[in-house]
Amino acid sequence: MSASSNPLAILFFFVFIGLTLAVTYWAARRTKTTEHFYAAGHGVTGFQNGLALAGDYMSAASFLGIAGLVALNGFDGLIYSTGWLVGWPIILFLIAEPLRNLGKYTFSDVVAYRLQQRPVRIAAVIGTMAVVLTYLIAQMVGAGTLIKLLFDLNYTLAVVIVGVVMMTYVLFGGMLATTWVQIIKACLLLGGAVVLALLVLAQFGFSPTALFAKAAELNGKQVLEPGTKVVTGAWDAVSLGLALMFGTAGLPHILMRFYTVPDAKQARISVVWATIWIGAFYLITFVLGFGAMVLVGMKPIVDAGGGGNMAAPLLANAVGGAAFFGFICAVAFATILAVVAGLTLSGAAALSHDIWVNVVKSGQAPEREQLLVARIAAVILGICAILLGIIFQGQNIAYMVGLTFSIAASANFPALVLAIFWRRFTTWGAVTAIVVGALSTLVLLYCGPTIQVDILKNDIAEVAKQWWYFPLKNPCLVTMTLSFAVGIVVSLLKPEPAAEAGFAEVERRAILGALADLGPADVKAAPAE
Amino acid sequence: MSTIDAVHAIAARRWRVALTLSALMLVIYLGFILLVAFGKPLLSLLLSQGLSLGILLGALTIVSCWILSIIYVVWANRSYDEAVAQALAGAPSGRKS
Repeated sequence: MSASSNPLAILFFFVFIGLTLAVTYWAARRTKTTEHFYAAGHGVTGFQNGLALAGDYMSAASFLGIAGLVALNGFDGLIYSTGWLVGWPIILFLIAEPLRNLGKYTFSDVVAYRLQQRPVRIAAVIGTMAVVLTYLIAQMVGAGTLIKLLFDLNYTLAVVIVGVVMMTYVLFGGMLATTWVQIIKACLLLGGAVVLALLVLAQFGFSPTALFAKAAELNGKQVLEPGTKVVTGAWDAVSLGLALMFGTAGLPHILMRFYTVPDAKQARISVVWATIWIGAFYLITFVLGFGAMVLVGMKPIVDAGGGGNMAAPLLANAVGGAAFFGFICAVAFATILAVVAGLTLSGAAALSHDIWVNVVKSGQAPEREQLLVARIAAVILGICAILLGIIFQGQNIAYMVGLTFSIAASANFPALVLAIFWRRFTTWGAVTAIVVGALSTLVLLYCGPTIQVDILKNDIAEVAKQWWYFPLKNPCLVTMTLSFAVGIVVSLLKPEPAAEAGFAEVERRAILGALADLGPADVKAAPAE
Repeated sequence: MSTIDAVHAIAARRWRVALTLSALMLVIYLGFILLVAFGKPLLSLLLSQGLSLGILLGALTIVSCWILSIIYVVWANRSYDEAVAQALAGAPSGRKS
């Protein structure tokens, strides 16, 4: 079934588009400077940013994908749910506050703080763009497929609509519009999921275990046990786990959100809220998956196509009727839009703020020019997103999300941590850590079972004999270690006294923030927390 | 104590707390993942009708993210912010130094 014959779904869809475009119009009138365009004028509260982070992060893959994974496999979906959450405490402990205090608009600001701007910025933009483009491919192809499934719309048309609407948010409303689109989406998604879960649990006396017991009675006890679907071997499991955990802390569109709050304390508060919302959402999704398994049944979910993606919408139809089905379809669409808008904005910031302003113009460019370049970059990225979505149509892109997290963990995360915490980190240490991390991820992924067996359909017994064969599905275990090792060894081999001397300032600024630049009298005059 | 030393001491303490909590998170999560990979019979244990040990531990992993985050925030709000405020109050102007 699809929502094309469901006028309510179309109505919800247009209400969402109308609402978000109104927000964009409101935001566009306030977006006059780069500070507004990239960082919403630092005026977002910790609570709001927590919701926006959740909206930026919870992708269609984590809603429809995990619900489907649980509906068809039971327990195994929990491995992804936990993996996608455990990165958030890491961001809280290690990254959020120093990032907010040290940077301005992008995470490259922090890596390049005491190092030579040009080489570090170029390397960091390579890391950023690799993550942004692979994640955009995953999201756009997912968007086209989903909207085709949900609304029975032509794939290409669906991709173009997503691209154009998302570009409108970013181009005119900048970070302020993107933030509110993400907040609206997070509320809709959390609200929709809670109502759906309550409707399901109402049939089981509000006891999740009664629901699980029913699922085990219908489909066998193995739905409550670890299967072989997600985890194929111990090293694979550890490697995937590391990628999910540390990759989250290397996603440029997530890191960029910390500049929207006024100070480090609000950044801290926003991560805690994000962790609470996202964790609750994954627990609820687990219940929804089992609900779909019992109330819809595995066969109708498989028959609906999309590899299980229809589990949550079909469940909404089963417990809430056509209106609720339409609502959930519209929410899924909103989910995709909010994520691609965040990605595009972070890509535009990297191209404009890092490359144009800090590499080409040596840090000196008039405000108007910076804004213009950022908007041109947003349009180019929007067009790229649409084209990539069309080019990759029908390809098996299931590995793309894993690849994104693996590059983020292997290229961006090590350089960021070393720049913040290690005194002797150098320019060339940073450059090699990022480049080696990104390249080794791509090479080892290509030489591994994901590409060779799943995509190129080679015989595993044949390729396993090749000298270049790499046995892990996700290379993060090796590539992240390699990136840290290269960054440290290169820094030790060729010390950079200027960078080392700058570390005291990094430490001071990371702890004290912008107030470090003020005298004691100014501090007293500054607004208290 | 000079401001530089004070800041350095705060940074060292923050680093210790952050590393300890990160290590705990890593141990909890990798522990869960390794149990999934190696401890299938254990995780398949039914604690009650419909609740396997695996599901319980998975849910507890999510809850542990919340607990660790809240521990950090309570520490930061109480002890760390206070220390930073003191360092700022005693700080000579950055423009002069």
